[in-house]
Amino acid sequence: MTSNKRRVFLKGTLAAGTVGVAVGAGLLAPSQLLAAWPESAFKARGYDEALKAALGTTDMPEGDIEISAPEIAENGMVVPVTVETSMSDVSEMALFVVENGSPLTSKYLLGAGAVPMFATRIKMGESSDVVAAVKSGDTWYSATREVKVTIGGCGG
Amino acid sequence: MSTIRIRAQESGGIVTVRALMTHPMETGTSKDAAGNLIPPHHIDVVTADVGDTNVMTAYWGVTISRNPFFQFQFEGNKGDTLTLAWTDNQGGSDSVETTIG
Repeated sequence: MTSNKRRVFLKGTLAAGTVGVAVGAGLLAPSQLLAAWPESAFKARGYDEALKAALGTTDMPEGDIEISAPEIAENGMVVPVTVETSMSDVSEMALFVVENGSPLTSKYLLGAGAVPMFATRIKMGESSDVVAAVKSGDTWYSATREVKVTIGGCGG
Repeated sequence: MSTIRIRAQESGGIVTVRALMTHPMETGTSKDAAGNLIPPHHIDVVTADVGDTNVMTAYWGVTISRNPFFQFQFEGNKGDTLTLAWTDNQGGSDSVETTIG
């Protein structure tokens, strides 16, 4: 009995040791061990489904959120977007393209001391409203901006 | 060669990070020269840590542009080390450390 327990304990230590070595060698960032990509939210088709899967709600009051993006994007493959907000107690942000087949482009979890802003470049299949969602306290707020696309960019 | 080019600059207690990652970000709807669908291949998670503290995590889908750009900000100090890492949906990964300037 004692030796069995010891065996299990050793097994556990060995497994933990492998992960520890990987972290130590810089192969894995510590927070990546906890990160889980929300597959159902990214695979959701249609804007309402994507909102439900990504945020758990479709009901978002308008927030004090600024979306910077071109009015007319010539190349839908590369549309620069910046989202920032002056709202307080922000823990998560997300960006949707309403008319894209998979509307959720990205979701952000703000860590220690993070300023509620991000900038990236997204693909847009056609002209569409772009929606930024910001979770302040327990409530998701949103802002919308229309971007006209000259040449769509979702491949195929 | 790292797939990540990064700059982290502190000003007034706020660190601004600008990162460019080399990655095809295939949507899964494009075809190759032979007419075969190219499977989706995209960065799905990006993490930024200072020491053991996570400052930002991004979840990305296929509609982030090829060779992704990512800018974000956090309260931090000059001289600290920032680690930025990505993983993709095919098991690829890379990470880079940079000193906040």
